Amino acid sequence: MRRVFLLALALFLLAPAFTWAAVQPDEMLRNSALEARARTLSQQLRCMVCQNESIDESDAPLAHDLRVLVRERLQAGDSDAQVLDFLVARYGEFVLLKPRLSWRTAILWGLPPGLLLSGIALLVVAATRRRGRMQEPAPNLTATEQARLKKILADSRNP
Amino acid sequence: MIAELGHYALMLALGLALIQGTMPIIGTRSNDVVLMSMAAPTALAQFAFVAMAFTALAICYVISDFSVLNVFENSNSQMPFIYRLTSIWGNHEGSMMLWVSILTFFGALVAVFGNNLPAVLKANALAVQAWIAAAFHLFILMTSNPFVRIPQAPFEGQDLNPILQDPGLAFHPPLLYLGYVGFSIAFSFAIAALLEGRIDAAWARWVRPWVLGAWMCLTVGIAGGSYWAYYTLGWGGFWFWDPVENASLMPWLAGTALLHSAVVMEKRGALKIWTILLAILTFSLSLIGTFLVRSGVLTSVHTFATDPMRGVFILAILVVFIGGALALYGWRAPLLKQGGLFAPISREGALVFNNLFLTTACASVFIGTLYPLALEALTGAKISVGPPFFNATFGPLFIPLMVVMPFGPLMGWKRGDLLGAAQRLLAAAILAALATAAAFAIEQGGPVLAPLGAGVAVFVMAGAVIDVAERTLVLRLPFRAVLQRAIGLPRSAWGTAFAHFGLGVTLLGIVAATAWGSERIAEMKVGDNLDIAHYRLTFTGLFSRQGPNYRDMVGRFIVRRMNGDLIGVMEPSRRSFPSRNMTTTEAALMTRGVSQLYLSLGDPMQNGGVAVRLYFKPQVLLIWLGAAIMFAGGALSLSDRRLRVGAPQPAKTKAALRPAG
Repeated sequence: MRRVFLLALALFLLAPAFTWAAVQPDEMLRNSALEARARTLSQQLRCMVCQNESIDESDAPLAHDLRVLVRERLQAGDSDAQVLDFLVARYGEFVLLKPRLSWRTAILWGLPPGLLLSGIALLVVAATRRRGRMQEPAPNLTATEQARLKKILADSRNP
Repeated sequence: MIAELGHYALMLALGLALIQGTMPIIGTRSNDVVLMSMAAPTALAQFAFVAMAFTALAICYVISDFSVLNVFENSNSQMPFIYRLTSIWGNHEGSMMLWVSILTFFGALVAVFGNNLPAVLKANALAVQAWIAAAFHLFILMTSNPFVRIPQAPFEGQDLNPILQDPGLAFHPPLLYLGYVGFSIAFSFAIAALLEGRIDAAWARWVRPWVLGAWMCLTVGIAGGSYWAYYTLGWGGFWFWDPVENASLMPWLAGTALLHSAVVMEKRGALKIWTILLAILTFSLSLIGTFLVRSGVLTSVHTFATDPMRGVFILAILVVFIGGALALYGWRAPLLKQGGLFAPISREGALVFNNLFLTTACASVFIGTLYPLALEALTGAKISVGPPFFNATFGPLFIPLMVVMPFGPLMGWKRGDLLGAAQRLLAAAILAALATAAAFAIEQGGPVLAPLGAGVAVFVMAGAVIDVAERTLVLRLPFRAVLQRAIGLPRSAWGTAFAHFGLGVTLLGIVAATAWGSERIAEMKVGDNLDIAHYRLTFTGLFSRQGPNYRDMVGRFIVRRMNGDLIGVMEPSRRSFPSRNMTTTEAALMTRGVSQLYLSLGDPMQNGGVAVRLYFKPQVLLIWLGAAIMFAGGALSLSDRRLRVGAPQPAKTKAALRPAG
């Protein structure tokens, strides 16, 4: 539904009829600790038939199935990592909203820190170069400038 | 007839844009004052014709002329007047009309208020502005004509998408576009400076008000969209890192960086080349945002390929303008002279830090948004990049920025005193530590980082207050003298303090609402109670209500304090629109201070109960209040005498003072 709204907003597409979103009362687990883990996991998993929506937010039938599946795995005693592995094995990396670091995603993950570090390096180089320039004495005034300066000072003393 | 007039006016505007885009440039090349002075009147005329075209479309909507295809597809005579008006831009063609209207409006503003600009700069800038306008006029006329007629006029229109039938549509798109398109002025001035091969500190002074105005509109535009999504979506989310949102966040980040680097350029003559680049990039990101949401490439790479005309056209605009601008930059920028030396620890240094982090944050959003598209187009592999990625990259970049922010205004130009600034911020740091400790103590069980986030927010807010206190010498002078100083303080200094304070307020709201909110999802029957935070809701029943073009099924809930005191009634509903056979969820919001109770309704159950989602969102209103404060800061700064009066004409005196030889 979120996607429907945002796209309607941005693309002004004709939105299909939609129903009420996301986690339903009957899906939820009794064990609140387990349910909390299920919710956290759901937020990291993509509803594959939706546009960029997690299964926690989506109202698609597939998202419902996945929410139930995640809860089943948790009840069977899987750790969070095992649940994610299980889903990746079944549906591929596409299901993860936070892609894993690999050659395919190297640029994606590398760009932000890489850019920041190279920016810092560039600034440090520029600053050391500038320091050299800042310590150079300011050029002396020429004779004409000296004369003008004298005149300005004299003028400002007796206006 | 009216639609045809509008169509014709748009074609005339295209013609005028072509004249405005060529003659003044020829004039600047051949030193022909007459050709150069053509820029301003053609800009005004172009705006007049675009305004005429827009008005024509508006009239078609207001009188519900369903023989116009665009009106038929997006309007309905039963809709309230305000929605018939806002549905002008509630669709692709109309929103592009709004885009060019605002673009030419800004061009006209430059023509009218640019009297103090050097003739060459003004002529070049208006010409560049006209190139952009011409490209978009052509785009509308060739691929997105809103004035197309239907041979046999239908009796009734198809109605505006019900999700868009909301007051939000009246404000959100125009403000967003004012922001996007406002950056085009900075772009045009940057290209004009490159064409001329000359740039000085005065350039920054001329451009800064436009950037500031655009930034203000974009800030409240984004915040307004976020609030709209928040109350419409039925589960209280306010930011989703959706590509559509990222498309508006990127120009905001780059624009914020531009705003700050332009300060350095204006005051100290440094960072000229960088500021020009940022001006180009900011508007380029606005164009990319337009491309992303308009071409359909976001829905899928494949929809783009199946209906390519519009997408390819915008892509061509993108390539020509961004590629052309960057090529020009690469060629001409080395000619521009750098100036203004400064030590790393200084006001300039702090602003460079700001720029480094903002542009990196912007780049992270950019790569996260476009990487899946690029990867799929190049290798066919499909990956998802969602909120967890953005939180993991954007957060670590933004928090250091916020921590350093209060130091900036307290540092001197050229060479700053870090220790002195730290001493003056001691009180802010103590407050922040107290806030962190208090948050730890009160909110047990929330995320570990949340109290630290709250601490940073308090530090930023207190830092902004200290900045003003330091300038007005509060506690050191008698009250009357402080007041005098406060009045005498440049409005731009007040603006800085307000904007920084507002960002702190927004951060506090985000931290509190995401980390310490609570949620209840339950099935309720009549008479059932549901407790959240320190409130108890009682479900008293369902009833239905007829609206102008919809029907509501309303649930009624009585809200009490835990001790039984009555507070009020919440009435969330499910709204069905027969014209489109659609149902929307209308959440009920109850504001308590700056916190909100948020209730939305599911489908009725077989057994007479309903599913409900109830949220307590502590401090959530601070998110948007902060944006409003940032806007106020921008407005204060915009009203600064220096910008109001405009740049003085420094040409003669400056030349005389320059050291000879």
